[in-house]
Amino acid sequence: MTPTTLFDKIWQRHEVADGLIYIDLHLVHEVTSPQAFDGLRLANRKVRRPDRTLATADHNVPTDDTPVARMIRDELSRKQVEKLEANCREFGVPLYSLGSDRRGIVHVIGPELGVTQPGMTIVCGDSHTSTHGAFGALAFGIGTSEVEHVLATQTLVQKRPKTMRINYTGQLPEGVGAKDMILATIGRLGTGGMTGHVVEYAGEAVRALSMEGRMTMCNMTIEGGGRAGMIAPDETTFAYVEGKPGAPTGADWDAAVASWSELRTDEGATFDEEVEIDASSLSPMITWGTTPGMVTEVASVVPDPDSVDGPVEPETAKRALSYMALEPGIPMTEIALDRVFIGSCTNSRIEDLRAAADFVSGRKVADSVRAMVVPGSEQVRKQAEEEGLDRVFRDAGFEWRASGCSMCLGMNPDILIEGERCASTSNRNFEGRQGKGGRTHLVSPQMAAAAAVEGHFVDIRGWKERS
Amino acid sequence: MDPVEVVEGDVSVLDRADVDTDQIIPKQFLKRIERTGFGEFLFYDWIRDGEIELEPNPILVAGANFGSGSSREHAVWAIADFGFKAVIAPSFSDIFYANSTKNGLLAVIVPPEHCRGIAAAGRARIDLDDQTVDYEGGVVRFEIEEDVKHRLLGGHDEISITLQDAEAIDAYEAAHPMLGRPTTAI
Repeated sequence: MTPTTLFDKIWQRHEVADGLIYIDLHLVHEVTSPQAFDGLRLANRKVRRPDRTLATADHNVPTDDTPVARMIRDELSRKQVEKLEANCREFGVPLYSLGSDRRGIVHVIGPELGVTQPGMTIVCGDSHTSTHGAFGALAFGIGTSEVEHVLATQTLVQKRPKTMRINYTGQLPEGVGAKDMILATIGRLGTGGMTGHVVEYAGEAVRALSMEGRMTMCNMTIEGGGRAGMIAPDETTFAYVEGKPGAPTGADWDAAVASWSELRTDEGATFDEEVEIDASSLSPMITWGTTPGMVTEVASVVPDPDSVDGPVEPETAKRALSYMALEPGIPMTEIALDRVFIGSCTNSRIEDLRAAADFVSGRKVADSVRAMVVPGSEQVRKQAEEEGLDRVFRDAGFEWRASGCSMCLGMNPDILIEGERCASTSNRNFEGRQGKGGRTHLVSPQMAAAAAVEGHFVDIRGWKERS
Repeated sequence: MDPVEVVEGDVSVLDRADVDTDQIIPKQFLKRIERTGFGEFLFYDWIRDGEIELEPNPILVAGANFGSGSSREHAVWAIADFGFKAVIAPSFSDIFYANSTKNGLLAVIVPPEHCRGIAAAGRARIDLDDQTVDYEGGVVRFEIEEDVKHRLLGGHDEISITLQDAEAIDAYEAAHPMLGRPTTAI
């Protein structure tokens, strides 16, 4: 038998016809779905498989515990969430909206409800759908026309993408995690470096990651332009999925694990592109510019636009530094912050919050900083509160909020004001992403937590012992 | 979707790489639940801050990795509603490119030197059937998937095409039962 890749195995299992693949799970949220439901209505079509579809409200949701959609103060946000509720009622799609203890960021609740499973094809009208690839699923973002197509047909017209494998050798040093791995990777390959490819993350350092860490890596695949990121499922994956509400049970579970265990790239299978990265050489990372590829090591300095390490044009770098109000040569650790945001579909899961709490426990947020923690879902929030993490954060001076996309993208009241500089655990440092004129530096939860305490970036390696 | 065959006319130039969809249509305009009326918000901050000026010509020429970031189809709706019929760039993000093809907006990939040539010429003619861009000083061929081209030329609705395969979808579902529990029963 010809050796095949993890991607090939999933792709082949889902080909309905040439260029048409079946979608096992379709996740829906309020921003990219209203026009799709309108399209169905106009053509008098129904949702083919409501039982393979799941909706939640996340982008527009205020993080102040607004109990029901009709009480959202922003009129357009309220209308959009109410529209989602009406559409889901009309078409029979299960929905966790405001007031549900299962509501949360769509890429957090899929895995925690166990509806995200190995071997699946998963789509959502959201580019960070790549997150679900952490389970050994083929998961990617789609536009609204494709959302309508999947609602109507449970399939998607797709050209077979190219494949790439990034192999991380060695073990991660202390203080370096999944966020740093993916930021360093994008810095090296560039924001278009993975375009057209499905990327498999492999190697010792990836195998050692928790599911949360794997989700962080796959989540940011899109920031490198990748179609999807994926990691072969293993015992870590199965242990995470087992017992979740949507997971198979009994004999079905055993059959599922047996089948999922075959989902790996065969020895000798070939990729269109292969990259090797020495994980043991990585360090905590911070972005300095306006794309996730404009990134450097914590112990480094703001780069000279003419000699950026990585595929960034001098003109682009110059514009980015001007927007970010940074001068070349300044040590990254001297950059002072106004805001710290711990949250988003990249870093808002329980392990992220535990890691951040460990860094702030017994310490205080600097006077000059406003810091907030936004759990990824109501389930994460509940668990964190049971573990007392909310107390740790509050005692240190963090705001502890209800779940949602929050300040990752500024579609709700959590935004930066013009000129504010933020250490953020989210995924995009684009101009104005967190609020017009806001300046975003992407970092890991630990780096964000330590920065909140010091009021500027710090090298977290050995920091807890020093401070 | 209206059929597209030829796009011809003046060119607007946006000489920047990595133009992300947050710039094309900032998030505050994603709250609308309609498909229309996004044109006036195109490049909202850049235009209002006087950073760029754009004429609603038939063709926009831009830098590499155009449309990166979010999957928001609103970016394509805004560009089309503003008046552009085609965007020419050295490369596009995958999702933006796919979204363009669903809305009859031509996304045309040509090498950077031709992008510069087209920008300098100020006018171009894109022939989808021939897969060429003609401009004063050059002509360049571009690649496009055969079925996508066919759909654009005919203005066909993709869902209707797929539903012609309904029996294949039924057969697939019969042969592949779900492993976990339905989302409607958790």
